[in-house]
Formats: sequence, structure tokens, C-alpha cells
Amino acid sequence: MERSFFARNPSTLIFITILAVFTLGVTLLSEGLGVDVISTSMVKTLGKTLCLCLIAIAMDLVWGYCGILSLGHFAFFGLGGYMIGMWLMYERTKAIVVSATAGAPLPPTPQEIRDGIGTQIFGVVGGAEIPPIWYFADSLFAQLALVVLIPGLLALVFGWLAFRSRVTGVYLSILTQAMTLALSLYLFQNDSGLRGNNGLSGLQNLPGAENVPQSLISIYFLWASAAALALGYLLAAWIVGGKFGSVIRGIRDDEARVRFLGYHVEGYKLFVFTVTAIIAAIAGALYYPQAGIINPAEIAPIASIYLAVWVAIGGRGRLYGAVIGAAFVSLVSTWFTGGQAPDIPLGFYTVKWVDWWLVLLGLSFVAVTLFAPKGIGGLFDMLSGRLAPQRHGADLGPDQGSFREKEAEQ
Amino acid sequence: MSTLLEVSGISVTFDGFRAINNLSFNIGNAELRAIIGPNGAGKTTFMDIVTGKTRPDEGRVIWGEKNISLLKMSESQIARAGVGRKFQRPTVFEDQSVFDNLLMALKKERGPFDVLLYRRSAQDRDKVHALADEIGLSAELPRKAGELAHGQKQWLEIGMLLAQEPRLLLVDEPAAGMSPAEREHTTNLLKEAAKTRAVVVVEHDMEFVRRLDCKVTVFHEGSVLAEGSLDHVTANQEVIDVYLGR
Repeated sequence: MERSFFARNPSTLIFITILAVFTLGVTLLSEGLGVDVISTSMVKTLGKTLCLCLIAIAMDLVWGYCGILSLGHFAFFGLGGYMIGMWLMYERTKAIVVSATAGAPLPPTPQEIRDGIGTQIFGVVGGAEIPPIWYFADSLFAQLALVVLIPGLLALVFGWLAFRSRVTGVYLSILTQAMTLALSLYLFQNDSGLRGNNGLSGLQNLPGAENVPQSLISIYFLWASAAALALGYLLAAWIVGGKFGSVIRGIRDDEARVRFLGYHVEGYKLFVFTVTAIIAAIAGALYYPQAGIINPAEIAPIASIYLAVWVAIGGRGRLYGAVIGAAFVSLVSTWFTGGQAPDIPLGFYTVKWVDWWLVLLGLSFVAVTLFAPKGIGGLFDMLSGRLAPQRHGADLGPDQGSFREKEAEQ
Repeated sequence: MSTLLEVSGISVTFDGFRAINNLSFNIGNAELRAIIGPNGAGKTTFMDIVTGKTRPDEGRVIWGEKNISLLKMSESQIARAGVGRKFQRPTVFEDQSVFDNLLMALKKERGPFDVLLYRRSAQDRDKVHALADEIGLSAELPRKAGELAHGQKQWLEIGMLLAQEPRLLLVDEPAAGMSPAEREHTTNLLKEAAKTRAVVVVEHDMEFVRRLDCKVTVFHEGSVLAEGSLDHVTANQEVIDVYLGR
């Protein structure tokens, strides 16, 4: 019997402890259950940040560990959001329609209620019919299943086609980006059945919980997001901790070699791609009820590129690095773009952070890539003394990584 | 002696260049064979064809007792059928420990779900330790493979091949960049391996081939020029002309 899971992955326990302390702290300081230091909107921002950390873990699994630079994971995130949003919006509108007709002399027929819902939801795109894809929208259970199924199936089919043709590297990135763009453009159409560029709104109102104040709902979502993040972290640590992790890191470093060891590389890639798509979808399903609105712009390729930037800045190839990157960059981004960062008057020009934040982010991305490829997570190596040995002098052998002159003399 | 691998009449053309030209090659179950030949003779392409990396334009590659054609199988299927390959450059997973490298190569179920649910048994650990002993890397097990010296990486890769328990080992220039002592160790490893399985060694270094003391096949311009003991082929006038006499 080998050592236990936690003994082999000490970072897991530390991570979950920090996450628990954070969640408890926010709860105690919140408006809903605590001493009202942190506003409800801030609690929602923090809850959303936890969801972004979860999708960052997914991105780290697929990119940092398996070497697939997917620029499509925010599409799965958005699809997850749409799936839960359909139920939220449908049930909420149904409640409104039912209460609006409550005073009528004759109780409304189911068909009248359905027509009312259709007009309410789709009036904005000039329709009144409820499209067939909303067939399950009145069932929470079915829509929750679809959160997993739709993005999972899309990833499975897309991944199967792409990996089977042995598309790799930058070409695969372009392909995933094309998929994301196509999906987003499709959803922008009014007749896509998901309200075009209006998207789905009012998602913060939970049907059946009208009497629960938002300050409490925000706390519940914070807890749910924290729990999902903890479970996602455990799952990811378990996947990469064993021999499977060994194989996918092997695929990242030398795909052909893994193939000649007898592993079916495409199967592994497909597995990782699909599992991470599902994790991303779950993160999205928790994110959008806190954001309150989802529209196709959220799915646009730029979102997935941000995701890659977060993971790179945080440190890919280590799970906590991805979490740190997502939390740090998205919170700093909220601060800069929220107008809270003070402008810098230069006399001839005033640096407005709302405009210049993206430039700063881009520069930090370039700087991290060039000078600190391990990202912020690399700082922890210094703490734990896991620094790579200093290797000066010329190579002794014909290959990189062989003993170098000075080492050989020691 | 029964035949393990039978390659007959294969040809392959890259952009009009005929890399392999009607080549035939057989090897038995427990045999050591050296392939020599000048650059561009098709040695590496031959290995690419056997391992499924390159598809020949014509010809047959028949494997094992059941006479399965390797041409319809993918690289990973061929590897699982029992063909192991060592590349010219040592290709080990530098970011991972020597132990993990060997464990990954150990003959086990290769499906994603099998690997995901895999639990390391004491038996597997012992196997890895035994292999490390054989290749002289016992002390290096916890180190990252990238930190190893060049020769040690070559052995690690041979160790990974042995861990796969292949029935046929294809070894491309194992002695490149090795010191004389390391070469001797490598020779012994290969000779030992050839007692229980077929081993094909591609090598430029005649001294190394002489030490292997086995049947030699000479490739030239994509086909077999001569075959036999080293003394036999080195006495062949054609071989001297194209290869040795230069």
C-alpha cells in the first residue's frame, strides 16, 4: 500500500484549508450572514472569481498538463451558463405570468401560460414561440443534466474529429478558436432560440426563492462555488497525481514517444478535453446566476484567450498556480476596469486605467512568458527550496540537459 | 527457428525519392541482428515502417505466429503487440523522475480508464527497482530524467524498452555519444536482451557491431546489399565499395 492521497499531494490540503478559511471569512464579513463589511455585490464578485478559478483548473489540466492550448474552454463555460439560465429564466417568467393572470376571472389554461411565457421571453427578438431547444426548460433536473451533457458532447465530438486527424499545436488552437467563434456568432443570431445578442437575463432571481434576499443568495452561491472549486481541485489533483498524470505530461512533452510506448494518445487527449469541458461547464453554470446575465459576447474567443493568460501568469503545470492566476488577474482586472484605480496625470496625457489596463495585462503576459515561465506559482518553489540546480558551463553531452562542465567537476 | 517479423518487398517514396526499394527482411524469435549502411540507406525509414510511423507504398509486414499484418495498425497498437523502439536521440520524459519513466513503460493495460484507476502495487515497484538495477540506475530513481548524463539517458530508454516487455526491440544507434565503458555496458544489455527476444540494432560504429557478435545486414539505397556474419559482409566487394572503402 502506498502513501495516502493527501500525503502525496500536500498542496491539496493547504489549498482546501485556505479556501475554507476564505469562504468562512467572507461569510462572517458579509451583509447577509455577518457583520456587513463586504457588500453583496462584492460577495458575488468573489463567488464569480471562485468559478473562474475552477475553469482555470480545467484550462491548466488541458494546457498545462496535457499540452493542448485550447482557446475554446470559455465556450463550454458559456454553454453551461446558458443551460442553467434557460431554466432560471423560464421558471421565473412563468411565475410572473401566473401572478399577472391571478386576478383574472377565469384561471389561465396551460397553453395561455405557455404563450405568455413565450411572449415575455422572446418578444425582444420579435417572436412568441418557445423554440424546441427550450423543451426541457421547465425541469431543473433536466437542465442540470444538460449543463454536463451539451458541453460534454460538443467537446467529445469536436475533440474526436480534431485529435483523430492528429491536429496539434497552434493549428489545434486555431481550430478550437474557430469553434468558439462559430458558436458565439450563431448565438448572436436572433433565431438561434437563445434571444440573440440580448442573451438571458434576470438569472440572479431564483425561482421559488423570491422571499430570500440577494444578500443570502449570494452567500449560498459563494458556498456552492467554493465547494465546486474544492471538488474540482481534488479531482484534478487525483487525475494528475498518478500514472495518468505521468502519461499526459508525457504527451505534452513528446507525443510520439508516448505513442511508441503503446498508449493511445488520441484517447487520452479526448478524455482530458472532455472532462475539462465538463468542469468548465459546471463553473459556468455557477457563475452566471451570480452575474445575472449571459450573452453571446461572453463566449467570444477573447474570453478563452484571457483564460490562457491567467493560467500562464499564475503558472501552468501546477493546479494552485492556475487558481492564483485566475483569482489575482481577474480581481486586479475588476479593480482597474471598475474605475477604482487612480488615474495617473502625466501633464501632457492622463493614463486612464480603464483604457490602459489591457496594455498593462498584455505587457505582464509577455514579461511572464519571457522572464518567469513558471509564473506566480514559481515563487512557491523558492519557498520550498525546489529550485532547479544552477547549471553553468557548456553541455558535456550532445544533448540539452546533460551534465554540464561545472557539475561534472564537483 | 520460427520467424517473428517478416518484411517482404516493401517500397516507399518521399517526394520522388525512393527511400526504401523492394526491401525484404526477416528476424527470428530470439535473435540479435545488426543493420549497417551508409547515411540515407533507409535504416531509419525501415524502422519507421515497422513501428507504423510511415506507411509503405507496397509490400507486406507480417508479425508473430498469427501472421498479423502490421500495416493496418496504429503506432500504439503495434507497440502493444510487442514492438519496442529506441530512438537515435535519447527520448525520455525529462520532466519526470526515472521511476515514473520506468513505471509508465511497464507492461500494463494502456487504456485511459485503466491508467486512471491504476494503483501502484508493491509488485510493480519491485519490477521497476529490478529494471533500474539492470540498467545501473538504482541510485538515480528519484531524480528527474532530465538531470541524467547522456549515457544514462540512453540506458534509461533501454530500460523503458525492456519494461514494455517487447518481443522485438528496434534500437537506433545506441552507442552514439557513449564512453568506451558505457559502450561495453550497452553491448551486454543488448546481448542479454537478445536471449529472450529479437533485437535489431542500427549502428554506424563497426567496433560496436563487432562486439555484438551477431548476424549483420547491410542496407544500401533502400534495399539489402548483403547479409551474414560481420567478417562475411566486410569481405564482400560491393559492401567495401559503397560503405567501407570510402
